[in-house]
Amino acid sequence: MAGLEDLYREIILDHYRSPRNRGELPSPPAQRVEGFNPLCGDEIVVTLEVTDGTVSDIKIGGTGCSISQSSASLMSAAVKGKPVTEVRDLIRTFKGMMSIHESTLPGKDSQDEDDIEATEAQLLDVDSLGELAALQGVVKFPVRIKCATLSWNTLAQGLDEAESKTESASA
Amino acid sequence: MAGLIDVAHGLDVETLRKDFPLLAQEVNGHPITYLDSAASSQRPRQVLDAMREYDETTHANVHRGVYGIAEEATHRFEAARVAVGRFIGAPNPAREILFSKNATEGLNLVANTWGRTHLHPGDSILLTEMEHHANIVPWQMLAEERELSIRWIPIDDDGALILDDLERLVDGVKLVGITCMSNVLGTLNPVGDIARVAHAAGAVVVADGAQSVPHLPTDVSTLGCDFLAFSAHKMLGPTGIGVLWGRDELLTPLPPFLGGGEMILDVRKEGFTPNDLPWRFEAGTPPITEAIGLGAAVEYLQAIGMESIRAHEISLTTYAMNTLAERFGDDIRIFGPKDPTQRGGVLSFAYRDIHPHDVSQILDQYGVCVRAGHHCAKPLMRRLGVNATARASFALYNTESDVDTLANALAETGAFFG
Repeated sequence: MAGLEDLYREIILDHYRSPRNRGELPSPPAQRVEGFNPLCGDEIVVTLEVTDGTVSDIKIGGTGCSISQSSASLMSAAVKGKPVTEVRDLIRTFKGMMSIHESTLPGKDSQDEDDIEATEAQLLDVDSLGELAALQGVVKFPVRIKCATLSWNTLAQGLDEAESKTESASA
Repeated sequence: MAGLIDVAHGLDVETLRKDFPLLAQEVNGHPITYLDSAASSQRPRQVLDAMREYDETTHANVHRGVYGIAEEATHRFEAARVAVGRFIGAPNPAREILFSKNATEGLNLVANTWGRTHLHPGDSILLTEMEHHANIVPWQMLAEERELSIRWIPIDDDGALILDDLERLVDGVKLVGITCMSNVLGTLNPVGDIARVAHAAGAVVVADGAQSVPHLPTDVSTLGCDFLAFSAHKMLGPTGIGVLWGRDELLTPLPPFLGGGEMILDVRKEGFTPNDLPWRFEAGTPPITEAIGLGAAVEYLQAIGMESIRAHEISLTTYAMNTLAERFGDDIRIFGPKDPTQRGGVLSFAYRDIHPHDVSQILDQYGVCVRAGHHCAKPLMRRLGVNATARASFALYNTESDVDTLANALAETGAFFG
């Protein structure tokens, strides 16, 4: 049986109590994306600026539990200033860390293509997660996985939207 | 020391708890403290045994075979219908009790049959701010299709409906949808008073009884509503079956809901002739075993007595509100009416600024099961200014000792988050 200390690691509680990059960037020019967890009503607002292929700034708004808030805070610290390609790799690796365990749970449906890709990435590069690895314990609490991945899915959507905007502007 | 026996209300809780196998379990090394009956209640052996006995000795499809067990199955299925009807005081239980999948499907049935027959572009519906999504979304779906407008009865800060303006709100409205008891606030709504005003304005009243029927004496002959939907699994019965009661004169002219077997008298290439009540609204093979289980649940509740159950739950709610207020003071905010007699045994609360998910997670470590989330009432959550609440809810098998365990585990939660 997984203990609470597996879930509520000190780093997680620290980011929950003192969230990094909290707030909202003015939008426009920033890309603004909202994410919802329909299960619990948590809402997250990611605003990000992409400059020359790099996530030059990011802020996190919204409300949620300690897991969703700390995951979002850790994510913002990890991706700020990073090239979009690296951020996408990180998203895949992080989601891989969450879904590889999810897929081994009884009663789970087969993974979609994204998750298979993510699993491969995870096998390659778990150590690259740094502080984010603190969230690994969440997979022992399957109900909370969606809390941890909410901000990451929202960020992925934000990157897609920012890129399609750039493409249509340059087309 | 909290007593297990609620002698004052004639409820021997210690003894009746032995009827519920699940309550003897341990969770995370602690005896289970089940405080989520508003989401789904536990089942007594009497219900489980009735279902198994039927399955092992009598099962066949109903309303079809002429052989012995098929006749017996039909007889027991229809007997369950009548038992449920009598339980809620239905004047004509053999016709007015429609078995559905759950309360949600019952409400969808009303929207799709009565709603499609009577609501036309420009018409208005009146709902309350405290409805469960089950009594909102079916109407929003119909409103979108039929260009209807939806009005809302607001609530005050204590979680009671503001009815001062009811006559104006209901003017020109064709349908009023109202919950008998809020699944979040516990508020008991004055359905009869609202129905009188609604009927005077020519509106039909659809009541959501999912929370009230399991916990309060219910008599549809005096309640005032025209339709009442509820679910078996919140009243000690199984999942997969619910009930819609409707007035005979309103149900009789309605078209069918789902099409298929059972709901027809005749089918030709050119068309079909629908069956009589109640089978017109029960297409396909119904949940027969579940109906037997619901019948047994109703029998169990009646043997104990709904008045006794209500008295026990008022006493428990009083104890819980006092205990939580004494131990946590301003750290806890309990939503809904302050007077336990004005509410059911449902306590939604915010504890400090700790997210309900986290509260629920820590409570689980102590074997305490509470719900955390928006409780399928997002418009109400927005009105309360929260994303989610934690909710402890009681049933006849809960005790003051359960409340003490909750309070102790909450104290641990506070300590954990520092």
